[in-house]
Amino acid sequence: MTGPHPPRPGAGTPAGRPPVDGNAAAGLLGEVLAVEVTTAVAECRGCGAHAPLAQAVVEVDAAGALVRCRGCTRTLLTVLHVPGGVRLEVGCLAALTGAAPTGGAPGAGG
Amino acid sequence: MSGWLAARVAEVVPASASGRVLVLDVPGWPGNLAGQHLDLRLTAEDGYQAVRSYSVASVGAGERVELAVDEVPDGEVSPYLVQDVRPGDVLEVRGPLGRYFVWQPEDPGPVQLVAGGSGVVPLVAMVRAHAAARSPAPFRLLCSVRTPADAFYRPELEALVDDAFRLDWVWTRAAPPGWPGTPGRLTAAGLAAAALPPEAGPTVYVCGPTGFVEAAASLLVAAGHPPGRIRTERFGGS
Amino acid sequence: MAVVSRGFGARRREQDPALPPGQYLTTDFPVLSAGPTPHLHAGEWELEVRTETGARRTWSWEELLALPQEDVRTDIHCVTRWSKLGTRWRGVAVDTLLEGVETTAAFTTVHCYGGYTTNVPLADLVDGKAWIATEFEGAPLPDEHGGPARLLVPHLYFWKSAKWVRGLVLTETDEPGFWERNGYHLYGDPWREQRYW
Repeated sequence: MTGPHPPRPGAGTPAGRPPVDGNAAAGLLGEVLAVEVTTAVAECRGCGAHAPLAQAVVEVDAAGALVRCRGCTRTLLTVLHVPGGVRLEVGCLAALTGAAPTGGAPGAGG
Repeated sequence: MSGWLAARVAEVVPASASGRVLVLDVPGWPGNLAGQHLDLRLTAEDGYQAVRSYSVASVGAGERVELAVDEVPDGEVSPYLVQDVRPGDVLEVRGPLGRYFVWQPEDPGPVQLVAGGSGVVPLVAMVRAHAAARSPAPFRLLCSVRTPADAFYRPELEALVDDAFRLDWVWTRAAPPGWPGTPGRLTAAGLAAAALPPEAGPTVYVCGPTGFVEAAASLLVAAGHPPGRIRTERFGGS
Repeated sequence: MAVVSRGFGARRREQDPALPPGQYLTTDFPVLSAGPTPHLHAGEWELEVRTETGARRTWSWEELLALPQEDVRTDIHCVTRWSKLGTRWRGVAVDTLLEGVETTAAFTTVHCYGGYTTNVPLADLVDGKAWIATEFEGAPLPDEHGGPARLLVPHLYFWKSAKWVRGLVLTETDEPGFWERNGYHLYGDPWREQRYW
């Protein structure tokens, strides 16, 4: 069984900081997806895992976010800032199932 | 305009040795649930932009949004927010974001909160919401911090302790004077002594830097908490 | 337009010059595959080089390991935007496999167990630019990363470093392989961001 390799010495540069999770990509993904992103369940075509996007391994940088399956590390999708908008590149994401966002205001239900 | 709102800094309050609480006035903010976060955008004069996510410490209706920011050495954004920003400055925010890492007073079940450093911020929102609703749901917060000087919201959290809310600290480098035991990271024994056991069926919320969250989640799973009942939020400071 | 925040921008950081445009530095080694991981026994494994005239040369696993091995330390860049700097591999230089091979072909098609193919100009596989790699970071190459052997051609996007390599076929024309027929660039230079058609 091989898992992720430990960070190399010198990988502690800003771009090499440890990945975060799908919570951090909620705002950017919300520019291109209308469902509530953190609870949306992603199915990985590589390993078949189903998990909320909040649990995906996410690397965020000035260019955008790399969203990878926590189970097998394959890239599910990449979302990037491009001139005039946002570009979503689909990798191994087989399916995404999400709920329409409800209001964030308290008492708004759901 | 893709949802960005202007946020005027109303107050800045030193909150820890390396951190500050920022209170923002955000016209149009729709209110937020406990545990939600926002994206904060800064634009320089030449158009260069940086965006970072911050958890919201405040909860409920209203246009006042409270953040707590810990300064990361050599960071790009956090030193600006902790050292440079002053009342009257204008930033931009987008949110509230996230429905995965949220607690609402309608949830009756017991809750175990585990925080690493400034990961306490969304959990403070949950504790505040729990208190404001006078929820009887058993709530526990286990907070891992380097030293007392690094703890955010310690006086407020201590003051909220009651029959329905228990607070435990893990000091990893230096403990307050007179504290029993020696400083060190959270261990299985420490977790067992402070946290709700799996049999109580708690929903667990873990927030902090990625390394902390992974370590704490492993301890929780090893203690018998079902992975499906553990919600995590990782961040990497800059 | 966006609101300018007073005094922001002094601490910005430049892109790491070791990274090609549009790439992120990653601390682990993500898996990217077109299909499932083939499972092979060492006894059934064979590597082939075939010229445009049909002349063949093959190596068994033991024969491959008996060839001169090289240690390689290099950066790798995946088209899905992650990069890893300073990765360490061990394997046989493609130059070694092509010693004494007579050819006028300018291109190759790389064939793999499981059916994957990719195309690489011959000039990009020789002169110390490519290896058949059997070890990664000092250990046998794991299955999901292409073990027991993969092509390693790090100056191109990593989809060209075909996993579970089975053979190199020299061709007179550039024949698009699997990803190249599905929207990916024929050549794949990360420094010119040649990701797609």
